[in-house]
Amino acid sequence: MRILVCVKRVPITGGKMVLSEDARALETKHLGFTISPHEECAVEEAVRIVEASGGEVVVLTLGPAEAEEQLRDCMAIGADRGILLETQGEEWDAQATAGAIVDAIRGEPEPFDLLLFGNESADAAGYQVGIRVAHALGVPVVTGLKKIELGEGRARCERDVGGARDVSEAPLPALLTVLEGLNLPRYPSVPGRLRAKQKPLARTPVTPPAPQLEMLRLLVPEGQGKEAELLGEGAGAAQRVVEVMQELGVA
Amino acid sequence: MNVVCFVEPGDELSAQAVGFARSLGSVRTVAFDGAYQPAAWARSLAAQEADAIVAAGSDRGNELLAHVGAILDRPVAANVTAVDGDVITRQRWGGSLLEEARLHGSPQLLTVAPHTQPATEISDVETLQAEDDGSPKVLERVEESSTGVSLREAKVVVGGGRGVGSADGFAIIEELAGLLGGAVGCSRVVTSAGWRPHTDQVGQTGTKISADLYVACGISGATQHVAGAKGAKRILAINNDPEAPILAVADYAVIGDLHEVVPAISAELRKAQG
Repeated sequence: MRILVCVKRVPITGGKMVLSEDARALETKHLGFTISPHEECAVEEAVRIVEASGGEVVVLTLGPAEAEEQLRDCMAIGADRGILLETQGEEWDAQATAGAIVDAIRGEPEPFDLLLFGNESADAAGYQVGIRVAHALGVPVVTGLKKIELGEGRARCERDVGGARDVSEAPLPALLTVLEGLNLPRYPSVPGRLRAKQKPLARTPVTPPAPQLEMLRLLVPEGQGKEAELLGEGAGAAQRVVEVMQELGVA
Repeated sequence: MNVVCFVEPGDELSAQAVGFARSLGSVRTVAFDGAYQPAAWARSLAAQEADAIVAAGSDRGNELLAHVGAILDRPVAANVTAVDGDVITRQRWGGSLLEEARLHGSPQLLTVAPHTQPATEISDVETLQAEDDGSPKVLERVEESSTGVSLREAKVVVGGGRGVGSADGFAIIEELAGLLGGAVGCSRVVTSAGWRPHTDQVGQTGTKISADLYVACGISGATQHVAGAKGAKRILAINNDPEAPILAVADYAVIGDLHEVVPAISAELRKAQG
């Protein structure tokens, strides 16, 4: 089975959102980078499928040259090769991103059986790139999955709906978007990291069309202006804590 | 402005979306019967005459509008909090960051950020027809056997983070949650380490809680976690670091080692409960 996984490089934000001077991006000077959490599960799922029944996992991202780091991370846990649609670091909206991914998929020598995306990116969270790609390619799409079972040219899909699961099916090839919790992604091993350095990575420069959802600026929402009431230090605070719980009617 | 608003009858987020839609113009509220079939429903929605098509920023709302955007080849703004002409404000990072953006063209396709708008009564719902186009649809709903208190609906959640130290360390968290009739939660670090299942995770990519009290034990307060915790009415942070970011969103704080503080609270609760 040939599987494509699409991922996005995002900063690891920690405890506070700090904007760049032009307020069009996060200040990332002191931040590390990763891929969106849902996508970590997409990569893990693809690698497990190919480990079990053979095939190839290709991982694709649209992002700056530095996004090679994220593709190598994915290859370190088992993806076979990478495709970097290389931008100059500017923001791409969902339509433009989907368009570039569709072009890249059409440029592949063989079609994919399965296309995996995260349900939404951690940063922009537009909830739409995967669905747009599916429509452009004319393949069925099921989103927000916590469980995927493959069999006889079909994918059985399960989605959480608050205490229950909705089950649907898609014939392959299909595009599925997944949520964290689908599996527990492995950590890359040292040999895996070494192997990843040797795996093929194709770079294609891309230039953005005019954005239709045109980001003007980012804003950090005003805090709630809370100042925590100190109930005490160490075990000695326990009595006061229970008094507060009783006042709140929870104890 | 003519607005079409997709609703799921009885859904609180849909009621909020209707309120928001009414602030934009005259609204037709629409729904569908039968098995959920997003691509087919979206085709029907996309065919409606409208200056704007609006839905809740729920799983289904965001999904349907994304399909509509793909069908019409129009941009979609998800989780919007305000509209001013063609400039919208929307949430990023699970609400930890806002974006102002120009939404080009018409119809405007929007979903409404949950819990940012007052709910309005959903009335005069028109049922639209959607032709089964063979696209994936929901075939069955499997109820899950629930064990214990649901994290989403618990009145009290006791959460543990990296500071708990191990899977076994959660025994004291479970004990306190049990005494309060609450649910156990955790941060993403904890699920990534395999100490707790993902179903316990509170956060942007986990469960968004709405408890009366959230007790955050040994949790630093990364934005990923706070995005899921901020729906709690009160937050009590137990942390040995007085500079931890969680204190900036907490109502109450105990500075100290959770391994001492949490059992002491449990002991005090037992005394109080007799």
